Amino acid sequence: MSAPRALARPVLLRIAAAAFLALWLLVALFPLCWTALMSFRNPVDALSSDPLDVIFGATTFAHYHAVWVTHGFWRNFLNSMMVTAGVVTVSLSVGTLAGYAFARSDGRLAFALLVLALIFRALPHSVLVTGYLPVFLDTRDILAPLWTSWPTAWLFAFLSPEPPTLYGQPWAVIAVLVAINQPFTIWMMRSFFRNVPTEIDEAARVDGCTHFGAFRRVVMPVMWPGVITTGLFSFLLAYNDYLVTALLLDAQSQTMVPAISQFMNRETRAADQIEAIAAAVSITAPLFVLVMAFQRQIVSGLTAGAVKG
Amino acid sequence: MRTRSFVLFVAPSLVMMALFIAAPLVSVLVQSVHQTRTVFQDTVVESCTPGFLAPTCVRETRRIPVLGADGRPVTETVPVGFEAYRRLLEPDRVMAALAPGGGGLEAILAIDFYRALRFTLVFTLATLPLVIGLGLAIALAVDGLARAWRGPVIFATLLPFVITPVVGALSIRWLFLGDGILARLIEWILARDIAVFAQGWTIELLMMFYRVWHVAPFAFVVFYAGLQTVDRDTLESAIVDGASRFERLTAVIVPHLAPLIVFVALIHLMDSYRVFDEIVGFSSQAHVISLQWLTFSFLMPDETGNRAITRAAASSMLTMIGIVVLLIVPLRRAWRDQRGRR
Repeated sequence: MSAPRALARPVLLRIAAAAFLALWLLVALFPLCWTALMSFRNPVDALSSDPLDVIFGATTFAHYHAVWVTHGFWRNFLNSMMVTAGVVTVSLSVGTLAGYAFARSDGRLAFALLVLALIFRALPHSVLVTGYLPVFLDTRDILAPLWTSWPTAWLFAFLSPEPPTLYGQPWAVIAVLVAINQPFTIWMMRSFFRNVPTEIDEAARVDGCTHFGAFRRVVMPVMWPGVITTGLFSFLLAYNDYLVTALLLDAQSQTMVPAISQFMNRETRAADQIEAIAAAVSITAPLFVLVMAFQRQIVSGLTAGAVKG
Repeated sequence: MRTRSFVLFVAPSLVMMALFIAAPLVSVLVQSVHQTRTVFQDTVVESCTPGFLAPTCVRETRRIPVLGADGRPVTETVPVGFEAYRRLLEPDRVMAALAPGGGGLEAILAIDFYRALRFTLVFTLATLPLVIGLGLAIALAVDGLARAWRGPVIFATLLPFVITPVVGALSIRWLFLGDGILARLIEWILARDIAVFAQGWTIELLMMFYRVWHVAPFAFVVFYAGLQTVDRDTLESAIVDGASRFERLTAVIVPHLAPLIVFVALIHLMDSYRVFDEIVGFSSQAHVISLQWLTFSFLMPDETGNRAITRAAASSMLTMIGIVVLLIVPLRRAWRDQRGRR
């Protein structure tokens, strides 16, 4: 549909808008491109005061080799993948159920819970981590009575020889991140489920499905776009997190983002800084692929909460 | 949906939130007024050295930790009241600063908590209009763009949004570090040497720039979606009434986007009050700290391996009170709108 003539913009305004967009794109992309470029250069070129040295310097993969092989960044990568995969899976299974219920319920209880979730969404994460940390450090002592007193001892001893320490356990961090992400997931899922007409579930109920059966057989199959979108945002939260993972994981189970600070704090040789840059680019690369593949879903997710409210 | 099945559906999610959000809040409250410390006892020790006629003996009282049955020092948790809050807020120093000749605001801002509070609030409130303005401007510009161009522009715009905050902050920091390209550019323009990371205010400006760069894409996408639903008839009647382009923007488009602007502002208030990753990325803790960073630094083990849990809990509680105060006005408005619509 072409715009009516009166709505069409004058040439001058269009040029100004295009120039503004070009400037924004430069600002948006330049730091990322420049950083990526630096990671492939020898320190003498990358840190040179002449930008031409950075652009036309010799290409080297030495820093990536140092980061991934010498400093074992692949271990952090695996940890990141484990935590992220866990968060996405659990977050979606728990959040989809709740989001569906909230979308199909207009009661006072549902509304109050949604507002409560919004307040939880606003809590700074450091507040929550302060609550976990002392408990996680001491779980062995706190849980010890369960392993020693007779009514439960046999059961817990069967599960694990001694009480676990939650500090440094990836699955404990997964649980924490899922909970932190839950308010957001519920709100987003709810707005997606609201777009699925109620008649679908009612038809399935009339045909003899239980509520859960209708959800599983009829509603879920049309909900995949919404699930993928919400999953993407869970992925971003878990993958990008610094605060929670830095405090609750130890050196062996550390994920990529907190691990980058070990490269930053060691900037004594010229190569150290370029290695930090190579590590940063390594963290960014999967996100780049993610936007390439799922641009449409990310856009629809960002607008889901706002427009359909 | 009947209440019973509603409860069954939301139960797993509620349990997670109760266990990992509500319970920690209670635990933080309790910890902020309690302190766990090693139990010491005073023991009189007599040490003697051989001497002529009689050995020389010295009796002294030593404080030594009490060891439990397992050989580890016994710890006790005692209520300390508002001691930790007092040590954070330092009312004595504030009063002294407010007294004539006490140094005034500058002396207050030398206290860590007020330093963090000042930065967090300035950061939150200064970036808010910038994010909304830039987001709206990009949305309007993209809306006027030929369709074929929109996809690539949206793709490029999303990149600053999805990037890991610490990494994004780092990538901007490196441009200004040492002989970084933008540092060189500014030196060339000003024709003098600069050191961007040597003083607080330049770091603060960079952090705000980073945050606007990071969040404007989100505002853009929301506003862009809103622009697609602007009522064309209203726009056309505005033209018939002789409204200029700018009047149409302020009288038709912005009111149409108003709920979205409130939404973006609310989310941005929540998120930028949590400012933390910037401090890590720009390594600014010597000059600029935020409330979340303050708690984080208490939680990290110090040189002796101790974590200042009580003070962390107190600073957490104060941080939480801050966000509640900040959000109470927008939340009440949203609540009334929601009631009005039902």
